[in-house]
Amino acid sequence: MTVTTDQEVRQVVVTDLKRTQIVMYAGAGGDFNPLHTDEPFATQIAGNPTVMAHGMLTMGLAGRLLTDWFGHENIRRYRARFKASVWPGDTITATATVTGVDTVDGQRRAELTISAVNAAGVEVLSGTATAIVADESEVV
Amino acid sequence: MTGTPFPIEQGHVRAFARSLGEETDQVPPTFPIAFAQFDPDWGLRMRPDRPWNGSGSEPGVSSGKGGGLHAEQEFEYFRPIRVGETLTARKREGRTWRKTGGKGVLNFAERHVDFFDAEEELVARSTTVSVTVTPKSDEDTPEAGR
Repeated sequence: MTVTTDQEVRQVVVTDLKRTQIVMYAGAGGDFNPLHTDEPFATQIAGNPTVMAHGMLTMGLAGRLLTDWFGHENIRRYRARFKASVWPGDTITATATVTGVDTVDGQRRAELTISAVNAAGVEVLSGTATAIVADESEVV
Repeated sequence: MTGTPFPIEQGHVRAFARSLGEETDQVPPTFPIAFAQFDPDWGLRMRPDRPWNGSGSEPGVSSGKGGGLHAEQEFEYFRPIRVGETLTARKREGRTWRKTGGKGVLNFAERHVDFFDAEEELVARSTTVSVTVTPKSDEDTPEAGR
């Protein structure tokens, strides 16, 4: 795998986010805060326009850009800041940029920044990651 | 040392991956957050012996606590997590700090969960940064969310 500084990969990680996907995330992740899955609660009690996606769903979706690029087992660190709410109907695009490539303990490691935006271009997540770069001989 | 078992089950991993839109048995990097399913202290699931504030015949009730907003999250891996192993989770508090913002004082707090394998080797660490707001007025108190 060839990874170089300033290399950038962009990927649409969800299109027209469905409420069912939010429910699937709640069920698997275990966060059943009614803000995320309960429309009467979200609108009438919390005063939101509808249910709101978990920040961790957004982080997981953006993380697919990293795992698709480097492989699940090669992600060594992933940090995210939740910057704006994500709602049903949103289309989220993630961009990862290599800020440096170093050799640590004999392994090539890429340092990255990651950003996710909605269709209006509002940044919903920003973060950083460290990934092991598989040796070219290991790529099949 | 004590801790809470976190079995890495194939069905759980697959359900989590599917919720992220992929069909795989590989462990997504954000999967350690799903330790919540095994955390006896986790408050955001219904329990038979406790009231729940979500809607039924009525729209529900505010928790009234303001809770904490999930501001940041980090996962660090010292080796990959493997389906079939049982990790031991140990929680500990991290740093706290404050910032003054437009809505009031922002109170940040870190909480770590360290995940150890059967050989007591550290496998992964989850760090959650939550923020609560001490508002200028009580009307500004937000509902909990993350």
